[in-house]
Amino acid sequence: MSEISIETRGLNLFYGDFQALIGIDLQIPARKVTALIGPSGCGKSTLLRVFNRMNDLIDGVRVSGQVIIGGQDIFAPGADLLGLREKVGMVFQRPNPFPLSVYENIVFGLAVHRLARRQEYGDIVEQALRSVLLWDDLKDRLHHSALKLSLEQQQRLCIARVLPLKPQILLMDEPCSALDPIATLHIEELMQKLKKEYTIVIVTHNMQQAARASDRTGFLYLGKLIEINETVNIFTKPAQAMTENYISGRFG
Amino acid sequence: MKPMRVRKLKEWLIEKTILLSGIFSVVFVLLIFLFLLREGLSLFRGESVIDFIFGKSWYPISDPPRFGILPLILGSLLVTLGAAAISVPIGIAAALYIAEIAPLRLREALKAGIELLAAIPSVVIGFIGMITLGPWIKNLFNIPTGLTALTGSVTLAFMAMPTIVSIAEDAITAVPRQYREAAIAMGATKWQTTWRIVARAARPGMLAAVMLGIGRVIGETMAVMMVTGNAAIIPTSFLQPVRTLTATIAAEMGESVQGGPHYAALFAIGIVLFVITFLINGVADLYLHRSRR
Ligand SMILES: Nc1ncnc2c1ncn2[C@@H]1O[C@H](COP(=O)(O)OP(=O)(O)OP(=O)(O)O)[C@@H](O)[C@H]1O
Ligand SMILES: [Mg+2]
Repeated sequence: MSEISIETRGLNLFYGDFQALIGIDLQIPARKVTALIGPSGCGKSTLLRVFNRMNDLIDGVRVSGQVIIGGQDIFAPGADLLGLREKVGMVFQRPNPFPLSVYENIVFGLAVHRLARRQEYGDIVEQALRSVLLWDDLKDRLHHSALKLSLEQQQRLCIARVLPLKPQILLMDEPCSALDPIATLHIEELMQKLKKEYTIVIVTHNMQQAARASDRTGFLYLGKLIEINETVNIFTKPAQAMTENYISGRFG
Repeated sequence: MKPMRVRKLKEWLIEKTILLSGIFSVVFVLLIFLFLLREGLSLFRGESVIDFIFGKSWYPISDPPRFGILPLILGSLLVTLGAAAISVPIGIAAALYIAEIAPLRLREALKAGIELLAAIPSVVIGFIGMITLGPWIKNLFNIPTGLTALTGSVTLAFMAMPTIVSIAEDAITAVPRQYREAAIAMGATKWQTTWRIVARAARPGMLAAVMLGIGRVIGETMAVMMVTGNAAIIPTSFLQPVRTLTATIAAEMGESVQGGPHYAALFAIGIVLFVITFLINGVADLYLHRSRR
């Protein structure tokens, strides 16, 4: 396999007494789309939120094992949490642009991490919006509220606002589940474009989406990673019977 | 299932009842205003509006009487601005602390405390201001009397604070979690999230909180009458006695002759207060609509 972006070794995660992730070992290659599938409650979101340590916000979460991103264990004592979240961007299930203007949404990350001077903001905003194919639609509405946009535009904006941080990884938790089928296809196309520069990990309930949009697919079940492989292999000749049952719709 | 007709009738009734209550509240306000106008405008048969508003002396019972309310307007303004300068920053900061930072137990305790503060009648606060704050200010600044504009501002700040804190806290708590999550996920610190996102998102609510707090201050009468010294002179500093519009009405209404010019002048002060409140609300509304664009 080529360059590795994320690697986990013996990763366990507990919500209090409940173990939500059990001994996960995986490698996620750089500049590819990796899909995580599995029935509801199997731990897809939990795993995704390990990669930018968003689970830290929840009381009573314990993690053991290693997660290596950019050559460093992100759970090592003294790890740079804010720097990690700068490197690993996240897009949520429901589009959640800030209740600010389009422009302010995009420069938020720059301001927070002091990444650019104000004179550069204009160019960066344009570039970010161009990357998600919103520039032509929004160039005259930069200072209007982001909440006035259509859902698809909002989700694109949510992708655009993490780009100025120059992340290496984009995490997307069911990014299309609030969108209609056409918008869903648009976002999938966008992912194909973005993967030239970014490693993308996407959680999805939609198996067609995993099949269409991803290069590799991991199947989780009850907190365990059952199988992870090239998407073609997972969908045509899965190694595990459980995977086959799931993708053929016999449970879940 | 009930027949359609009955349900429709019920809907209709509910709708009209709500409409009627809405109309009533507007009508009442209008009636109050008309009443104020009727009683107050007669003053301006013998007195010009300019002399009334910009007149520098208020001697309602001398002969001839002088009805210039500039000292009272400035008194109200000074006390209100002082109270706002104290209560707005502290109130907003307290609301942010309670909503965003305080651990759960402390948050409950603080909220209970704030509610308690809101429940104290204004006379009691005025009384405390008069017997503890007044002497303290007198000694601290070494001035002849402790009953000053500053004393009024501090006392009123205490009364505005619970309103500001509890309404602003509600507004902050109502900011959806997803905004905070998004900010944190981008590597913002707790403080950056609170300041740049949560406070911004809650701004209309916080503005409403401030307006209601200030509204309470402008309209407050009892406490202010007890602690500001009630001297109707044009104030030049916070450390001198002042008199507010409200305190003037309350103090003098009893001794004025109904229908006489003094009586009318007090109602005219009422009109001024009404207009001031109206303007403040109008400005707040304008601002809210603009920020909601
Ligand atoms: N904050 C929490 N506290 C306790 N348990 C939790 C918490 N969040 C999730 N869980 C549990 O962890 C398990 C995995 O949850 P997770 O949200 O990762 O599943 P998921 O695969 O994303 O499901 P879905 O497809 O429904 O989004 C579930 O059993 C869930 O009940
Ligand atoms: Mg999930």
